[in-house]
Amino acid sequence: MLDDHTHEDTGDSIENRRNTMTLLALKTPVQGKLTDNFKSQVPGKLDPMAWADAKISCRGVNVFYGNKQALQDVELDIPEKHVTSLIGPSGCGKSTFIRCLNRMNDVIEGCRVEGKVMLDGENVYGSGVDPVLLRARIGMVFQKPNPFPKSVYDNVAYGPRIHGLAKNKDELDEIVFRSLENAGLLGEVRDRLKAPGTSLSGGQQQRLCIARAIAVEPEVILMDEPCSALDPIATAKIEELIERLRETYTIVIVTHSMQQAARVSQRTAYFHIGHLVEQGDTDMIFTGPRDKRTRDYVMGRIG
Amino acid sequence: MSNFDITVGPGTQAKERPVYSRGAREVITAGLVKRYAAEKRFRMFGMAGIAFALLCLFTLFATVVGSGYTAFWQTMIKLDVTLYSQDIDPDGNRDREVISTANFRMPVRQAVFALFPEVKGRQEKRLLKKIISPGAAFQIRKIVLDDPSLIGSKIRILAPVSDDLDQFNKGHISAEVPESDRRVSDMQIAWFERLKQRGLIETTFNWTLFTEGDSREPELAGILGALSGSFYTMVVTLLLSWPLAVGAAIYLEEFAPKNRWTEIIEVNINNLAAVPSIVFGLLGLAVFLNFFGLPRSAPVAGGMVLALMTLPTIIIASRASLKSIPPSIREAALGLGATPLQVVFHYVLPLAMPGVLTGTIIGMAQALGETAPLLMIGMVAFIVDIPGGFTDPATVMPVQVYLWSDAPERAFIERASAAILVLLGFLVMMNAAAVYLRRKFEKNW
Repeated sequence: MLDDHTHEDTGDSIENRRNTMTLLALKTPVQGKLTDNFKSQVPGKLDPMAWADAKISCRGVNVFYGNKQALQDVELDIPEKHVTSLIGPSGCGKSTFIRCLNRMNDVIEGCRVEGKVMLDGENVYGSGVDPVLLRARIGMVFQKPNPFPKSVYDNVAYGPRIHGLAKNKDELDEIVFRSLENAGLLGEVRDRLKAPGTSLSGGQQQRLCIARAIAVEPEVILMDEPCSALDPIATAKIEELIERLRETYTIVIVTHSMQQAARVSQRTAYFHIGHLVEQGDTDMIFTGPRDKRTRDYVMGRIG
Repeated sequence: MSNFDITVGPGTQAKERPVYSRGAREVITAGLVKRYAAEKRFRMFGMAGIAFALLCLFTLFATVVGSGYTAFWQTMIKLDVTLYSQDIDPDGNRDREVISTANFRMPVRQAVFALFPEVKGRQEKRLLKKIISPGAAFQIRKIVLDDPSLIGSKIRILAPVSDDLDQFNKGHISAEVPESDRRVSDMQIAWFERLKQRGLIETTFNWTLFTEGDSREPELAGILGALSGSFYTMVVTLLLSWPLAVGAAIYLEEFAPKNRWTEIIEVNINNLAAVPSIVFGLLGLAVFLNFFGLPRSAPVAGGMVLALMTLPTIIIASRASLKSIPPSIREAALGLGATPLQVVFHYVLPLAMPGVLTGTIIGMAQALGETAPLLMIGMVAFIVDIPGGFTDPATVMPVQVYLWSDAPERAFIERASAAILVLLGFLVMMNAAAVYLRRKFEKNW
């Protein structure tokens, strides 16, 4: 697996970025151990055999809302225990894409998904795949914190309860406390476990949603603009948390903030009007994008 | 941490501003007066409308209360009745059969005549015996059956006066009106005044109104029969319509595919809410009574008809309420791996409950006040006995109001108003329950 040094390096590498840009030299990607598939590239067809290395591999993903095509032929590999950020201007399809990964698009009327989304080599749109089990394996955190109208404790306990993960009250307590601890929330809510989840602050609510997601012990956590409704301090806390969660989980994050993408992710994919324009190591996307549209976006000319 | 240059691209040039004949500011200022005037006008219309509605409501209540409050009081007469054993129990063996069939009108008549020994003529005597309600005889029979040892002694009873004298006492019949135009004669009025002077007349709370069923005699008639009938009918309606309607709403809103068929169903549910209630009555008559052979005039059939009528109301309200639950909650639960059914029953339905309950109570209140469909299935019959179950012949409150308001006796009109007051009381209680439940469920947010 990947070493921890990436964590400490991130800050540095961002600081260095401007220098790199002025020097017009490509910085070596932080993650040296990734296969060729994970290098920055303008999409052609990815090697179908790359599934072996990726936690999630998408091949030829097309999404339609009714007659309107929202995503065209997306090919993307998401490496395990890394943070992959999806960036792009509004309406580019990044949220649509992230919702394909755990089949949340199923519940949208008139939404149709074509292509393959392989999770550990198995197509999640295959006939034998149960969306309920899939969503237990791929947790999701949404743009707006959406705790259940229940107590803090019950919010976290809900997932383990419906899946029968805890045999008794003690086990459930342990899961809840561990999840809150891992979400960095336990200290703040220890004496408020019975208070409604909605009584917490926005940032706390979002971390509660993360605790709720990790209580089911997923393999992948999808985050759809998790910080867009939060202030910078709450955002910083979530970003720290993502940094920590990466050791255990594969994380995919949609973000509007390029700084955030640069700070938290090792991999970045740039979407533009339904197309995946470019993907690669975060550093390379920000310092040496190959596509003009990516360059314009990361330099702030559009979006 | 990071210090990206967010370079602004080649800036957009300011476009040429549109030119008004006057400055935009003056134009807006001039228009503001008109805009505020429109708002003021609208507020005034609103306040006038509310004032008018309040006035109408007040008039309605004043009328109903004014003509109905006296029904809660009953004019009674103290009567000393001698129970001669040769009249009631000639054989002297205290046989209940014999006692219960005995003529108790006789001792009552004797007691009334004893009040005014000077009255001799047949015509006068007939008028005199009419000042007391025939209920007095039933009252004595009950007393004697409860305690046969009283036979042979003299007892004092408090019996209702006849409904006409009661109305006179309450001021609903005026002595100013020529004798030929009123139901109490001058002589009866004179007797009544003398009884009053002797202290034999008393006005008590009219318990009969709440403890008895219908009767031909207004002073013996009560609403308990109709209230029980309404209760049993409502129980049937609620038990049938609530689960069906909420289930239908959940299925249509959360699970049914959105296609032409569900669209047709949706349109028809909305249409069903607009079907005249009498049509539901005809349907009930044809299907429940004639085809399934359910008992006529029974709360079970009435409740089923009203359930049909209430279904669309609850379905429409429940669907609207389910639809208003934010998708974020559904997504949160789905994202954790809850099944769609778990999403609905753990989150969506509990959150939609205030709306669902409001719809239910509106539907139930509508059903409680419904008359027309029940006429079709025979719940308009004159029923004296208080129904004891779902299949007993019964009538309901609004039908009772209808029956009484149609009666020729002035005293029944008064009782109809009283029944309306009781019915309104129940409706207010139901609405209070709706408000309470809504508050209670909303707190869970």
